[in-house]
Amino acid sequence: MAFRSRIRRLPGGGVRVELSQDERDLLRQVAGELRVLLEAETDDPSLRRLYPSAHEDADREREYRELTRNQLAAGRRRTLDVLEETAGREELRAEEADAWLRALNDARLVLGTRLDVTEDYDWEALDEATPRAQELALYAYLSWLQEQLIEAL
Amino acid sequence: MTTLAPAEVEVEQPVAGDDPEHERPWVVIVWNDPINLMSYVTLVFQKLFGYSREHATKLMLQVHYEGKSVVSGGSREKAELDVARLHAYGLWATMQQD
Repeated sequence: MAFRSRIRRLPGGGVRVELSQDERDLLRQVAGELRVLLEAETDDPSLRRLYPSAHEDADREREYRELTRNQLAAGRRRTLDVLEETAGREELRAEEADAWLRALNDARLVLGTRLDVTEDYDWEALDEATPRAQELALYAYLSWLQEQLIEAL
Repeated sequence: MTTLAPAEVEVEQPVAGDDPEHERPWVVIVWNDPINLMSYVTLVFQKLFGYSREHATKLMLQVHYEGKSVVSGGSREKAELDVARLHAYGLWATMQQD
């Protein structure tokens, strides 16, 4: 890709983010939708990648869940809050950039699971006629943005 | 090894609290998945475990090409904490006793 990087590292560990108003609105929308999905606490299969099993043994797994599930969910809500609150900002502090990274990843995990993406998905073949083209395009955009952020960090 | 000396045989008595189940160390395994970016997995290993970029990249490539990699280990408590931190970053991590 020959695009100029739109996320740059700042002295002190933060980053400078150059995004259009549409992109910033989209990020707010993604954060809001993901929060609704998380709060619904449903058995939505697209959430399963957010909470993988730690143990094969059922008893140990139950203990692990009791110990960690609420904290993991609270952490996810916090990162979505940060993404939503800072989506309009030009500069992010290091911990805000970390929250973006995690929130973008969570959104990709949910979308990617729903779309059943594979490692060798042919993005070049994506056009408007592809089923779920819009969700695939969103997934591709979030992946690109996350990669930019990682490169800057 | 051929001399039997029954008088000298010492049967090890289990010591209270010395549960071998408990003592055997645990390993934390990260599994390959089609969603997490390779660069992201490397960054998370660096961030969470303080690994050098080189070591983190090596582990990531092992996950990518071999399907899994042992990334940390220790007591059950330590392994569970590491797994939870990896889960917080969306990585597919499990743990098992070595």
